Amino acid sequence: MGALGKGLSFYLLAAFFALFVLFLYGPTVTILILSFQGPDGGLTFPMNGVSLHWFRNLFEQQAVGDFGGSFRRSIALGLMVMVLTVVVSLLAGFAFRRRFRGSGALFYLAVASLIVPSILVSLGIGLLFTILGLEPAWYSSALGAHLTWTLPFGLLIVFAIFNRFNPAYEEAARDLGATPWQTVRHVVLPILLPSLIGVGLFGFTLSYDEFARTLMTAGSFNTLPLEIYGMTTNVTTPVLYALGSLTTVFSFTVIGLFLLGLLALRRRRGAAA
Amino acid sequence: MTDTTASSRPSAAAGPAARRGPALLPRLAPYLQAAPLTVVLVLFLLVPILTIVAVSFWDYDSVRIYPDFVLTNYTELLSSPVTWKTYLSTLKYAALTWAITAVIGFTVAYFLAFHVRSTTWQMVLFLLCTIPFWTSNIIRMISWIPFLGRNGLLNSGLISAGIIDQPLEFLLFSDFSVVLAFVHLYTLFMVVPVFNSMMRIDRALIEAARDGGAGGAQILWNVILPLTKPGIAIGSIFVVTLVMGDFITVRLMSGGQSASIGLMIANEISLLQYPAAAANAVVLLAVVLMMVAAMLRVVDIRKEL
Repeated sequence: MGALGKGLSFYLLAAFFALFVLFLYGPTVTILILSFQGPDGGLTFPMNGVSLHWFRNLFEQQAVGDFGGSFRRSIALGLMVMVLTVVVSLLAGFAFRRRFRGSGALFYLAVASLIVPSILVSLGIGLLFTILGLEPAWYSSALGAHLTWTLPFGLLIVFAIFNRFNPAYEEAARDLGATPWQTVRHVVLPILLPSLIGVGLFGFTLSYDEFARTLMTAGSFNTLPLEIYGMTTNVTTPVLYALGSLTTVFSFTVIGLFLLGLLALRRRRGAAA
Repeated sequence: MTDTTASSRPSAAAGPAARRGPALLPRLAPYLQAAPLTVVLVLFLLVPILTIVAVSFWDYDSVRIYPDFVLTNYTELLSSPVTWKTYLSTLKYAALTWAITAVIGFTVAYFLAFHVRSTTWQMVLFLLCTIPFWTSNIIRMISWIPFLGRNGLLNSGLISAGIIDQPLEFLLFSDFSVVLAFVHLYTLFMVVPVFNSMMRIDRALIEAARDGGAGGAQILWNVILPLTKPGIAIGSIFVVTLVMGDFITVRLMSGGQSASIGLMIANEISLLQYPAAAANAVVLLAVVLMMVAAMLRVVDIRKEL
């Protein structure tokens, strides 16, 4: 087989992989191009001139409901989810390193959180708030709904991190007289830092793009995915693509910054060592 | 993971605290550390699901819902042919999406794990596959419209190439486009766990198989595939549960011409028929849990991390 030589199978598989990547990125590139459609252009090719018309249109208040507000809310919510996901799943990860009563039940509850269809979480939290007479809002009910999606992912990643973590570092710190807190603060956390940034990125982007779990829990103010969804049903101009391009560019920027940060961290460590 | 650390950790953690006083804190520590996760999952998952179960027995009229204990929500749901037809189409989507993502996911992961030999390239190509996952699903769905539409890229390309005379109508707003979008969105959920499983296969096993005279296809079928099963199972759980609960993809990509259980629930919600939606949701949850239980027979998740 091709594991050791670049035979025919290698080139066939490489071609398959290239097609897969094209399949992943092709449509996104299409709308990126179409968002520069001229003012008279439609939702499909051909391009009717090239302009920034639809991007300007996006920022005019009447064109879209509340693009700016929903964007700000989505970012604020994403940041809250990010911080909570890192802190809560790391703490739980520490707990699971020891035996405690109910650990099995908690683990299965977390896994259940991944497989319960999103619309059930949305419906359940919405009903619960209605029955309790509480007003759903993006910073309360939607925050909780998003956490049911990000925390299990965070927990599984933290499990994977601890599985690859060498406890000898902790033992060494303890042998040198470090208290448990000092061990965590000066030994464990710095080693885990890059992975924890990954957990944070996971939490932020999952929340930033979450639609189904926000549907019944956002209350009277939309988050960005809800706003986009509203647009898909009643906007028939390329302004939709302009919005799509902007949020995609935003996502790519966030991922890019994350990768750069990780690279910088590794460089600094490399230089220090 | 608990085994190796559990033995060393409690004694060491007890040390400094014991000097300060009763060794209560170290014993309480795991409970305190697990408390935030427990609170969130109980408040926002367990209680809401119990609420759905309770409300599924409530009664409703066109204006409001009120507490009661009636079975009409279930009898109406299960006696309606629409429900069964919708389950059939949802299961069809799940089966098609599962089969296609499994084949693509396995092939892509196999290429990355066994044919790309430099680790740097492995990571770069793996990232290339995962990046779209971090962008908006809705945007990725609507990105297909200029591609598949009547005057879309594919149709105009095929026409100008002389392959077809009339634009193909089945490309957009059809079962085809729904499954295409599912595959586009969810193949990554298959690639990652399968790739993870493959990377853990001891390369010596493959050497041994080759020394024993196995050909490439035999190694793939008798060595790699069995050892990749846990990854395939985890990926399958993700793909199947995501498709079974979906409503947005079906609504956007079928143009309202097709139905899924999730969409049925979403419609009932928008009509404020909460008890009917709740009964529907309970049945869906039971179906999904049974499917997951069946797939979990193949794999022990905790061993796979």
